[in-house]
Amino acid sequence: MRAFTPFDGLVAPLDRANVDTDAIIPKQFLKSIKRAGFGPNAFDEWRYLDRGEPGQDCSRRPINADFVLNQPRYQGASILLTRDNFGCGSSREHAPWALEDYGFRALVGTSFADIFFNNSFKNGLLPIRLPTAAVDELFAQVAATSGYRLKIDLAAQTVTRPDGTVLSFDVDPFRKECLLNGWDDIGLTLRHADEIRAFEAKRQIEQPWLFSKVA
Amino acid sequence: MPKTLYDKLWENHVVRTEADGTALLYIDRHLVHEVTSPQAFEGLKLAGRKPWRVSSIVATADHNTPTDHWERGIEDPVSRQQVETLDANIHEVGALAFFPFKDARQGIIHVIGPENGAILPGMTVVCGDSHTSTHGAFACLAHGIGTSEVEHVLATQCLLQKKMKAMQIKVEGKVGAGVTAKDIVLAIIGKIGTAGGTGHAVEFAGSAIRALSLEGRMTVCNMAIEAGARVGFVAVDDTTIDYLKGRAFAPTGEEWARAVTYWRTLVSDPHASFDTVVELDAATIQPQVTWGTSPEMVVAVGGSVPAPEDFADPVKREGIVRALEYMGLVARTPIKEIRVDQVFIGSCTNSRIEDLRAAAAVVAAAKGRGKAASVKRVLVVPGSGLVKRQAEAEGLDQIFLSAGFEWREPGCSMCLAMNADRLEPGERCASTSNRNFEGRQGAGGRTHLVSPAMAAAAAIAGHFTDVRELV
Ligand code: SF4
Repeated sequence: MRAFTPFDGLVAPLDRANVDTDAIIPKQFLKSIKRAGFGPNAFDEWRYLDRGEPGQDCSRRPINADFVLNQPRYQGASILLTRDNFGCGSSREHAPWALEDYGFRALVGTSFADIFFNNSFKNGLLPIRLPTAAVDELFAQVAATSGYRLKIDLAAQTVTRPDGTVLSFDVDPFRKECLLNGWDDIGLTLRHADEIRAFEAKRQIEQPWLFSKVA
Repeated sequence: MPKTLYDKLWENHVVRTEADGTALLYIDRHLVHEVTSPQAFEGLKLAGRKPWRVSSIVATADHNTPTDHWERGIEDPVSRQQVETLDANIHEVGALAFFPFKDARQGIIHVIGPENGAILPGMTVVCGDSHTSTHGAFACLAHGIGTSEVEHVLATQCLLQKKMKAMQIKVEGKVGAGVTAKDIVLAIIGKIGTAGGTGHAVEFAGSAIRALSLEGRMTVCNMAIEAGARVGFVAVDDTTIDYLKGRAFAPTGEEWARAVTYWRTLVSDPHASFDTVVELDAATIQPQVTWGTSPEMVVAVGGSVPAPEDFADPVKREGIVRALEYMGLVARTPIKEIRVDQVFIGSCTNSRIEDLRAAAAVVAAAKGRGKAASVKRVLVVPGSGLVKRQAEAEGLDQIFLSAGFEWREPGCSMCLAMNADRLEPGERCASTSNRNFEGRQGAGGRTHLVSPAMAAAAAIAGHFTDVRELV
């Protein structure tokens, strides 16, 4: 995972509550056995007018001009502004893979579904929770200003608006550290391998029925 | 201090805790299916790592497998590659149990785990699938996880977690005839919303939950995630223990006795305190039907589709307008006037034997009326090979077939339409599954979530109808 550095990015607004992971990446794309290449199919059913299938050349597909991400002013966006409960539904990590592959580095909204929230951190995608009033204001400003950008600094835990207003956000210290350093969770956990082994050995004595053997 | 069941499950699995409260939780059971595991196995291999404890793994292929013409194999090459990748990965690393495509015990991962006794009280259970919450019915801490976490569990046998808040959802009293576990959980979601349980571990309690069979409890816990809660569970009681006795991977003899003694402790202590308590009166719960594109968009069968102007919040109002448009519904239409094109009875929510019995009982009560001519197709998809055989032994398949329903091979099928079973754009379906999102059962498809009895009743009437008037 790449380290998360401060950046300044174009904001695209997705003004809907309860955007589910089926909408972020429809199931037919889950048949892939790879991690990459989901970007062209992010929000597939909203973005295109035809039915998406894996392996298509998306540049030739008919575009739904009404869908916000297809509007010229939001091309190249790296920050997605969202509403309540973004990423609800399925646990598919293909959702953050698709958003990240599309070019998003941060999501700003009022709330995120638990599994999606967690999956995002593991893929260098930062979900930022702000109070409803702040998110409402951002939606209004984005709509009113073409080329609206935000500065995001994870180390300082701040989002800075073009007018200089600084909004602070909370983030879990452990996740912050991993994201800032681009650390891989598995490597970190395996530093405690001895503790895990000791725990497992004790458990095997106390609850042997949990350890049925491979036949 | 009195402890909640969540406290006990949590404490029993903490290997270590970081200063900020992030804990390393030991994982007892790892359920694996073909869709969310290939990238994890690949990542493991690329990093030169070995799986930590393969005897924790129970695997099956379910999402992509066809539900008819098994002799033809998997015709879609992309689906076939995914299923074959799982076969290859499990053959390479090993597992406690693997039920591949066409195996007699193959089925939906959340059905086969419990029915084989591979889910035991007090376990931590993970799977790269949000409906892993199902296993909470056994007083397990069961998390749906992403693919990076699948790889993390494969490599370390642990999951990084922060302790959630504790919520208790208490359903007291007795439900009326014709009201099922599915109606209870839909009513809960209608009450607290799809984000109501976010950040919480939910314990389902109260006399109405206690009165449910283990199958019914699985239906309730299965949909905890639709209320935003990653984990949902029910305390151990006689129903739990009776269900497990004699199952393939359940302990026996002296170990069984020891296990039961421990399992009996897996209840919230009297006076344990929860961060949030929600109460429902079982007697007021009616058969439920969702009308929109989120499980919280639900009403009783006697009600009607709401109108946007009933809601003050503009975001909510906009959501209703959009949902009505997608669903092709006019505000204030009575639910019973909504006609269906297809009916789907299946999924990890409602494809166990008890669900099929409930649907068959409705068909039998309709005395030969069979599927309405206007309904194009009624799919009955058992959750597993074992459920299928049991249903056939009871003659349920014949009841369905003689009513013009299709009797299929086990799998996820039209719950998410990754295989050939799907809705065409604009088609409307009464479905026993768990998600009514846009496009979930096929691009442009319109899903109404109901119980198996209500689905069977809709198949016969051709529109939604109150099952209590049929039986
Ligand atoms: S039946 Fe549906 S919800 Fe359950 S595991 Fe399969 S696809 Fe997921």
